[in-house]
Amino acid sequence: MTFTVPDIAWAQLTPVLIVLGAAVVGVLVEALVPRRVRRVVQLTLTLVALGGAVVAVAALWNSVADTGGTEVLGGSLLVDGPTLVLWAITAVLALLAVLVIADRTATGEDAFAPQGAAVPGSGYEEAARAAGLEQTEVYPLVLFATGGMLIFPATGDLLTLFVALEVLSLPLYLLTGLSRRRRLLSQEASMKYFLLGSFASALLLFGIALLYGFSGSLRYAEIADAVRTVSGMDGLLLAGSLLVLAGLLFKVGAVPFHSWTPDVYQGAPTPITGFMAACTKVAAFGALVRVFYTVVPDLRWDLEPVMWTVAIATMAVGTVVALVQTDIKRVLAYSSIAHAGFVLTGVVALVQSGITAVLFYLLAYGAATVGAFGIVSLVRERGAVRAGAGAGVGAAARVPALATAGSASAGTGASDGTAASAAAGASAGSTADVVGTGSGADGAADPDGEEPPVEAEGPILGEATHLSQWAGLGRTNPVLATTFALFLLSFAGIPLTAGFTGKFAVFSAAVEGDAWPLAVVGVLASAAAAFFYVRIIVLMFFTSPHGGPRDDADDEARPGAVVVASQGFAVVAIGACAVLTVLLGVLPGPVLDAIAGVAQLLP
Amino acid sequence: MDVNSLAPLLVAVPLASAAVLLLLGRRSDRWGHWLGLLASTAAFVVGALLLVELLGRPADDRSIRVHLFDWISAGRFDLSAGLLVDPLSLTFVLLVTFVGSLIHLYSVAYMAHDAARRRFFAYLNLFIAAMLILVLADSYLLLFVGWEGVGLASYLLIGFWNHHTPYAVAAKKAFVANRIGDIGLLVALMLMFATFGSLDFASVSAGIDGGLASTATLTAMGLMLLLAACGKSAQFPLQSWLGDAMAGPTPVSALIHAATMVTAGVYLIVRSAPVFEGAPTAQLVVTIVGAITLVFGAIVGCAKDDIKKALAASTMSQIGYMVLAAGLGPVGYAFAIFHLVTHGFFKAGMFLGAGSVMHGMDDQTDMRRFGALRKYMVVTWVTFGLGWLAILGVPPFSGFWSKDKIIESAFVVPEGAGEWRAWLFGAVALIGAGITAFYMSRLFFMTFHGKKRWTTDAEGHEPHPHESPALMTIPMIVLAIGSVGLGFVLQLGGGFTTWLEPVTGHVEHHEPVLPVLVIQVVTLLAVAVGLVLAWRQYASLPVPETAPEGSALTRAARVDLYQDAVNDAVLVEPGQHLTRSLVYGDRTAVDGTFTGLGRLTVGIGELVRRMQTGYARQYAATMLLGLVVLAVVVLAPRI
Repeated sequence: MTFTVPDIAWAQLTPVLIVLGAAVVGVLVEALVPRRVRRVVQLTLTLVALGGAVVAVAALWNSVADTGGTEVLGGSLLVDGPTLVLWAITAVLALLAVLVIADRTATGEDAFAPQGAAVPGSGYEEAARAAGLEQTEVYPLVLFATGGMLIFPATGDLLTLFVALEVLSLPLYLLTGLSRRRRLLSQEASMKYFLLGSFASALLLFGIALLYGFSGSLRYAEIADAVRTVSGMDGLLLAGSLLVLAGLLFKVGAVPFHSWTPDVYQGAPTPITGFMAACTKVAAFGALVRVFYTVVPDLRWDLEPVMWTVAIATMAVGTVVALVQTDIKRVLAYSSIAHAGFVLTGVVALVQSGITAVLFYLLAYGAATVGAFGIVSLVRERGAVRAGAGAGVGAAARVPALATAGSASAGTGASDGTAASAAAGASAGSTADVVGTGSGADGAADPDGEEPPVEAEGPILGEATHLSQWAGLGRTNPVLATTFALFLLSFAGIPLTAGFTGKFAVFSAAVEGDAWPLAVVGVLASAAAAFFYVRIIVLMFFTSPHGGPRDDADDEARPGAVVVASQGFAVVAIGACAVLTVLLGVLPGPVLDAIAGVAQLLP
Repeated sequence: MDVNSLAPLLVAVPLASAAVLLLLGRRSDRWGHWLGLLASTAAFVVGALLLVELLGRPADDRSIRVHLFDWISAGRFDLSAGLLVDPLSLTFVLLVTFVGSLIHLYSVAYMAHDAARRRFFAYLNLFIAAMLILVLADSYLLLFVGWEGVGLASYLLIGFWNHHTPYAVAAKKAFVANRIGDIGLLVALMLMFATFGSLDFASVSAGIDGGLASTATLTAMGLMLLLAACGKSAQFPLQSWLGDAMAGPTPVSALIHAATMVTAGVYLIVRSAPVFEGAPTAQLVVTIVGAITLVFGAIVGCAKDDIKKALAASTMSQIGYMVLAAGLGPVGYAFAIFHLVTHGFFKAGMFLGAGSVMHGMDDQTDMRRFGALRKYMVVTWVTFGLGWLAILGVPPFSGFWSKDKIIESAFVVPEGAGEWRAWLFGAVALIGAGITAFYMSRLFFMTFHGKKRWTTDAEGHEPHPHESPALMTIPMIVLAIGSVGLGFVLQLGGGFTTWLEPVTGHVEHHEPVLPVLVIQVVTLLAVAVGLVLAWRQYASLPVPETAPEGSALTRAARVDLYQDAVNDAVLVEPGQHLTRSLVYGDRTAVDGTFTGLGRLTVGIGELVRRMQTGYARQYAATMLLGLVVLAVVVLAPRI
């Protein structure tokens, strides 16, 4: 028996190797480095790794631009132009997201539970908080997810695609459940994400199996050949492609596979929401583009109706439902669904300029997303003055919360307006909130080295995510509100922001690809979407505090918003995102040219 | 120094000064007026240097285009901003900066007690800059920038004392009337761009020579340009704002509403000569408008008791002369501009004189409360008197040389037109001269001669008329010297017309229908009749302190021949009705549609979000159901 040692071009793999290697080292750091310096070491390691990945991509750029790219690992990874662009975007956005993740803010607490394994509200959790524990595993988890995201769009075979999907998803499930505040909401989100993600993975896997059955291969290129040559097995082929696409569409959050998005985005710790909203979408769209452009282009007459339906439904649902949201994170979640729809118009176009447009859009959207969630993480609410009584109230509230934990899945439903399960949902939702508030109050009593500032108005708690709390923010914090407004304008696609250039690019690609009805729907949806973005701007700048939209009389207890000072990390990240958003809006030429210069997929 | 580097300074200096004064705010209160004066004077010096430069060149090389920057460049649409320095624009530059500088100097004293003097000077500088852009532009588009700029400056300065509501209303009226004219200019611009694909003077002229435009197009363009000129130059039927514009401080009336801005319409028509040459109908309409306005203004001037409003009516009438001349074609262009220059001097001088009188009489403007001021304000009396002689057209004062030429030209039969035209327009111009003599003499005698009528019941205390300070009298004296000698100097050997020839074109001499000498004698006779009538009624007989009822014509003239009433009935009221119904339609139909769409969208959103129950099982079901639907979409065509 002979065994051929595959010829591995290690140099081409450096970005992936750096990130995954650093993730492994990060796990060792958890085990070996003393707790005191662990955070510093992890943070440094993560930033250096992601920065290194960017540098490595830059080092590869010229050779790839010249040769058009190479197959590595016997075709499992395709290092071509789009791969490099996606790697660069992912690494840069991840770097910025990590800065937001790392920021402890002036309260001295990061966004994560002190001990992820502790049951919410238990004595163990109290003890962990009292000991000042921190979940520094967050950093290796982010690196693992990023590593998966790097492989996901670069792979050229379906099995690697599946493995990469799991590598990027599993850490995200975990991270979602690690929120310091509103832990039940967070864990519920994590659970839902895991269940639905597994469902989607199963669909993908089933699709892969069918495609293998059809073509006898897992390689994109070979499947594409089979599409042209094999006949008589169209059922297998179509079902397989549809299932694979469904698995990918789940990750990008397209309708009808979008339901997880609002709940997960709301429940996850806000910096993680920013990370996954930006980077996951980049990776998933990268993979979707590659599959759609290289595996099934010959099926375009069959699959186009599906993709058109999905794109239109995604734009419509994302926009329309965002209009009626009252929670800022849910608004941004639905907005990300709508954006998935806009990107899909560029994907569906199936023209060369579509690839450039999609890549640019992802960069523009990702920059605004990381920045926007970074800002959300700084806008907090202030509890009532009850630092001493906090534990008592929290404990009192905990009993019903745990009692209804079984039905706590309705918790987020309540904030989205459940009709049928309103009774159960509302009670569960509000208890979840109370627990969150209670634990925040406990945090204030925390005998930690860095005492959170306790002021006359009460301690600073979790994020003030209800829209009514954002009213008047433009007057109290003009710089922050203006920056947020910039991101919102970019989301809305107002000229001179990156979002406009992106939208223009995908819509013109759609027109070029004879998908002009999609472009029309996209423009209409953008116009409608502008309403809720501008509404938030109006709320921040032209409404007095507590004058914003209210829902059913639960406002009386809702405290106003305060902005906590950043440690500096988040400010750097938000500033970089803002600069990127403006630059890509005012001078998109160089970036568009650079992307267009290499936007050629390997077969 | 070369033209390319000098010309931009003309605009840049006053603009920068205006910016400094406005941006520094109160910090520049102490020296702001001197900076304003300096900027205006500097612009004049630059203009003088350019004159020397241009005079040093041969006549056919005196038109220089200075490219400033590429303005808008998009495909076939390519616009650049540039200046055109030629004899016509330079004439305006010198007039604007010279008279402007004198008026700046005058204002230093006149506005000395006004808390907002610095702001006043900022606006004056802004006006100078805008006016220079207007006359120096090498394209209609940049001209439009200046056109709007002077409109803005005029609005700001008329309403300078806007804490008096009527003044603010007057400013608004001027602005609105100007906007109507602006629409004309805009339409003309669009027509030009559609026809010639370019907006600079050279291309438009070349396009017309190349036969790109039909006579109908040119006529439309000409009429639209005329509408613009009517708005800016207070010509019939858009003249009603000028009288109210006297609400502004008197130096403003002198500079903007007598000497310079209101003559921009004449400039526009002369500059657009190629358009009007190709559109005889439009040209005839220009002449008619000029003729109507010159009579209209003269009649109104006879009845006004307010010294500034009488002068404003006179301005209107005199510009009517210029427009009439401009409508006559090449034969009249040079004389229109000639009269414009001399008028700029003597009318500005008289306005400053009126300001000086008001200064001495506690801001009284009613001439029935003046009288016998010659003994108390000698310099004002003499300088005003010289201006008066000039506007009457008494030889050898300035006005004689310019106005007489216009009357002579009006008596020339235009090529290819009936002889009736020469008789009609000649007669109108001639009669106008007689009426002018009457109302100007009336004004002069009522103010400076006769008996004192300084009643005090309205003013609260006895006025103590006194001569104004030197800062005010010096500009008056300088302008009076211009009123006396400028016309004579400029016409020496046909100097001025020769200077303008590169722009207005050379004209063969045409004989009027009457011998020139006859025209001159008859004109002088008409002037003499007007003067004598005025002397009899307003100098030798006592002037009643309250206005007598007068004839129907007098009563009509006092209210501007019912122009405001007509405007109200024909334009304002229907306009307001239209606005109200449009607002109603907007609220119900347009807003209703969009509010309804919005409600519908929100309603759909509410429905869809019901599906977001929070139950993972239901989400999974949604995904499965969606997948099934998609599978149906894919597989259905195959079955």
